[in-house]
Amino acid sequence: MILFLVLCPIIAALVIVFGAPARLTALIAAIANLAVTLFVFARFDQGATGFQFTSSFLVSTDWQIHLAFGVDGLSLLMLLLATLVTVAAIWFAGKIENYECAFYACLLLISAGAIGAFASTDLFFFYAFHELALIPTFLLIGIWGTGNHVRAAWKITIYLTLGSFILLIGLILLYQSFPPPERSFDIAKLQQAAAVHALAAPDQRHIYLLLLIGFGVLISLFPFHSWAPEAYASAPAPAAMLHAGVLKKFGLYGLLRLAIPMLPEGTHYWMYLLAGLLLGNIIYIGLVTIAQKKLDWMLGYSSVMHMGYIFLGIASANSLGTTGAAALIFAHGLSIALLFAIAGQIRNRTGTLAFEELGGLAKVMPFAGLVFGFAAFAAVGLPGFANFASEIMIFFGAIRNGWSMERFHMFQIATVLALWGVVISTVYMLRAYRSTFMGTMNERWAKIVDLGSDLKIPVALLIAGLIWFGFFPQTLVQMVMPTFRTSFTATK
Amino acid sequence: MVLLLPLGSAAVITLFTRRWKNLSALISVAAVLGSFICSCFVFMRTDISAPEFTWIDIRGVFNVPIAFVLDDLSRLMLLIVSGVGSLIHIYSLGYMRDDPGKSRYFAALSLFMFAMLGIVLANNFVMMFIFWELVGFTSYVLIGHWFERDSAAEAAKKAFLTTRIGDFGFMIGILMVWMACGSVVFDDVVAHFSKITSNPGYLTIAAILIFCGAVGKSAQFPLHVWLPDAMEGPTPVSALIHAATMVAAGVYLLVRVAFLIQASQTALLTIAWIGTITALLGALIATQQSDIKRILAYSTISQLGYMVMAVGLASNEAAMFHLFTHAFFKALLFLAAGSVIVALHHEQNIWNMGGLNSKLKITFATFAVGALALIGCPPFSGFFSKDDILALAFQRNLPIFVIGLATAFLTAFYVSRQVLIVFLGKPRSDSARGAHESPPVMIIPLIVLAFFALTAGFEVVAQNFLVVPHEKEASAIVPTLAIVALVVGAGSAFMVYRNREREPVHVDLFRRLFYFDEFYAWLIKHTQEFLARIAAFLDRAIIDGGAVRGTGGATFGFGSLLRLFQVGNLQAYAFLFGMGIVALIYFVIFR
Repeated sequence: MILFLVLCPIIAALVIVFGAPARLTALIAAIANLAVTLFVFARFDQGATGFQFTSSFLVSTDWQIHLAFGVDGLSLLMLLLATLVTVAAIWFAGKIENYECAFYACLLLISAGAIGAFASTDLFFFYAFHELALIPTFLLIGIWGTGNHVRAAWKITIYLTLGSFILLIGLILLYQSFPPPERSFDIAKLQQAAAVHALAAPDQRHIYLLLLIGFGVLISLFPFHSWAPEAYASAPAPAAMLHAGVLKKFGLYGLLRLAIPMLPEGTHYWMYLLAGLLLGNIIYIGLVTIAQKKLDWMLGYSSVMHMGYIFLGIASANSLGTTGAAALIFAHGLSIALLFAIAGQIRNRTGTLAFEELGGLAKVMPFAGLVFGFAAFAAVGLPGFANFASEIMIFFGAIRNGWSMERFHMFQIATVLALWGVVISTVYMLRAYRSTFMGTMNERWAKIVDLGSDLKIPVALLIAGLIWFGFFPQTLVQMVMPTFRTSFTATK
Repeated sequence: MVLLLPLGSAAVITLFTRRWKNLSALISVAAVLGSFICSCFVFMRTDISAPEFTWIDIRGVFNVPIAFVLDDLSRLMLLIVSGVGSLIHIYSLGYMRDDPGKSRYFAALSLFMFAMLGIVLANNFVMMFIFWELVGFTSYVLIGHWFERDSAAEAAKKAFLTTRIGDFGFMIGILMVWMACGSVVFDDVVAHFSKITSNPGYLTIAAILIFCGAVGKSAQFPLHVWLPDAMEGPTPVSALIHAATMVAAGVYLLVRVAFLIQASQTALLTIAWIGTITALLGALIATQQSDIKRILAYSTISQLGYMVMAVGLASNEAAMFHLFTHAFFKALLFLAAGSVIVALHHEQNIWNMGGLNSKLKITFATFAVGALALIGCPPFSGFFSKDDILALAFQRNLPIFVIGLATAFLTAFYVSRQVLIVFLGKPRSDSARGAHESPPVMIIPLIVLAFFALTAGFEVVAQNFLVVPHEKEASAIVPTLAIVALVVGAGSAFMVYRNREREPVHVDLFRRLFYFDEFYAWLIKHTQEFLARIAAFLDRAIIDGGAVRGTGGATFGFGSLLRLFQVGNLQAYAFLFGMGIVALIYFVIFR
């Protein structure tokens, strides 16, 4: 079942390269994937702990590496995110001028890499699938990008490769730190082993730091973020949707999957460092975002900023905060994908995303205005959308960390500052909305047309996801809670 | 059931009926009427209990139910909100008759009703916050209804941002209460209240932070600046959201959490003074405005100040009583003003009006009723409720009483000025000379509201709805003084403004709104914008330019290697990828 999810986009990509109609094939593959994920979701047993729908193929007897897949609540959530955004990204891609086959093949490969990484229960493939997804990202930005896209492509690639390399060292050291009989590539076995005998504290500390930096580069943790806005601004909209919405979340998923359950001591030790860095994401990047003068750069920076909230959930190191973080990974993925999608559509029509040239577009593009409004308000945490429910859990989780009634400590101050970050993000989102869609319209845009009505379907899918988990966050909480309950009872 | 009707209507309009404008309007009106009927039913019967479901529940840690509280307080608010809401929906049918965005308007109005009723019924802090933000959102949409106007777009943004600043404090307050009591449900907080009271400083901070939410939403000093600009929205919206219901939500919140606030004397005093300052400030500014709606907006700010003052003087009854009467007469005034505006083809400057009393007879009569209630002329409703608050101040805090009295004088002054200039004297423009009365669908709500503005203050009527406060000890001094202030105020306005063609008095400080907007603009420019520009520069120049592009990653000892790859192509990348795999295999095999 899960194997199908991984193979389907790869096979579709191959078929496209050999001449099948690109857009149609890609769309069918993406929808099939979404359907299968929803089926898994429906059949998923929420009470059970551990991985379900497992399948495993021995790749190497010597090293005991398996091509093994399986889902628990957390990875199922990630799969839902990945397949939903893939459908939307492919749907929004539309007609491509040059090398259309290659473009859609690349999109499918990113999707396959992300799905593979999220569904792998084997450490080796967990890493390898993510690497697989980086190559098409590079190609998409380098070949089909806008602006100074070649430079942006190199920058993101070198930066992320470096991050992956640090991550790799961290993973190897993690593997090494287990006593030989317990060494395994099986993530579940490693977790059990770590729960039985905790790893030595000094080991935990430096491994956690390596993982934090390695994953942190991939997630654009401050100060390793500067690849992100430039890459997203240059990338074609579907690539930005897939990367910002899905692939970037690999790092966060990794922290939740590996670092928190296996390295509780390291998590605790570096908690304050992480709190400091994530405030860099929220406050400093928030201010940088306010100063942006183009919509695509603004969105790129805003996605960097919102990573800060997810980190806050992770740093709070309790089940409330991490559940919130998992939920926000999902919610942010959907909302940023929508925002990039609409921005891309505007760029296709106007050729520019500078605020001073835009304005009043809601008059000629009412549907785009409505959708962008939904997504923008979701992103700034309006209740009714999943982002708000997640942020609430993160804030309540974070303020509990090290609480005393007499004095505010680091995490209480961090929570208050992060709450101020919500005001900052409202400032830049509303400004962007106001200068793009409201006010007097530049006469040049009087003739542009609204989004095609077929785009209503992907939009409806993403918004439905946001609203469903916004009104009924408990469905999501129940799904991911078993994952975190085991990891936190394991630590206590 | 009360809640779901408007929500369903908003959803149906957004999804299906955007094309058929009149159908949208009818669905919306039907929904709000249904909701009103349900509210009446809920109000009569005390044995109704509502279903409850879980919003978020993380066992043992964090539990937010969606559940409803039905006590006298919420029943009363339910009735006010759905009742005034129904009238304004009907009025909107006439006012927005030819508007191209009619569907959007009615969808947002329905969503507003849903959110506002949600605030009223919420039984816990988080749920209240949810609906609290939602009303802010609908207010944003409705203020920005004519989004192609720059002024409306700016006003909408300003309203949402300003209230969000208040909500920032509100949320911290909620977090503090939750940490201390372990629950966000009002009843549980009351049960574990001793955990907070053991630490008075903590309690005071938490109470004042929660009050911040009310400061934003109820447009209290120093966050009042958004409300006058909110008049860019259609007039029925101003009446419903920015006069009768949403802005009163702050007061409702304070009454709802009164147990928390009244435990701290410092918090009470702060609240009372903020209310007093707001009341005075709003009245002073109102004396010099020339836009018919802005005058009413500042009078709303001033009246909300009275309500907050009453909360600060620890009397929920007085605050709710004034909220109750104010909802009627202020909605009435706005709708009557809307009728004037429509009759004059969207003219809002009072100096272009005049002599309308003979042309718009019903509008004039109802506006006059509203005005008399607002200035607190006996026997209109405003007299009773304002008198209660003043009597309260007289007993508990004399300086506040004096300022409250001065505000009453100013209120009489600026309201009389408005009536004189708008309705009496000679017409001062062509549109004023050619004005016609509005259609019945707009006039009937006016008459109904006028009836309540006249009668809602009488004890026989009011006690059916709420507990009427009694401040017997104050004897006759307070009403006497209040009436004197009223007569002097109205009289001096009559002297100054009778038969004037243009503004005879100029007080720049009031006219320019005490320079609040300029001050905030200056503040934002020199803090936020300044920091943002510095941060943006740093980000590009140092972090990206210096640390990343220049040295490549020298920190990790990779610098030269990277520069090598930078001139390469995809192969270089593939090579690095391969290296990674090789290194992994190496470690696996040989270690």
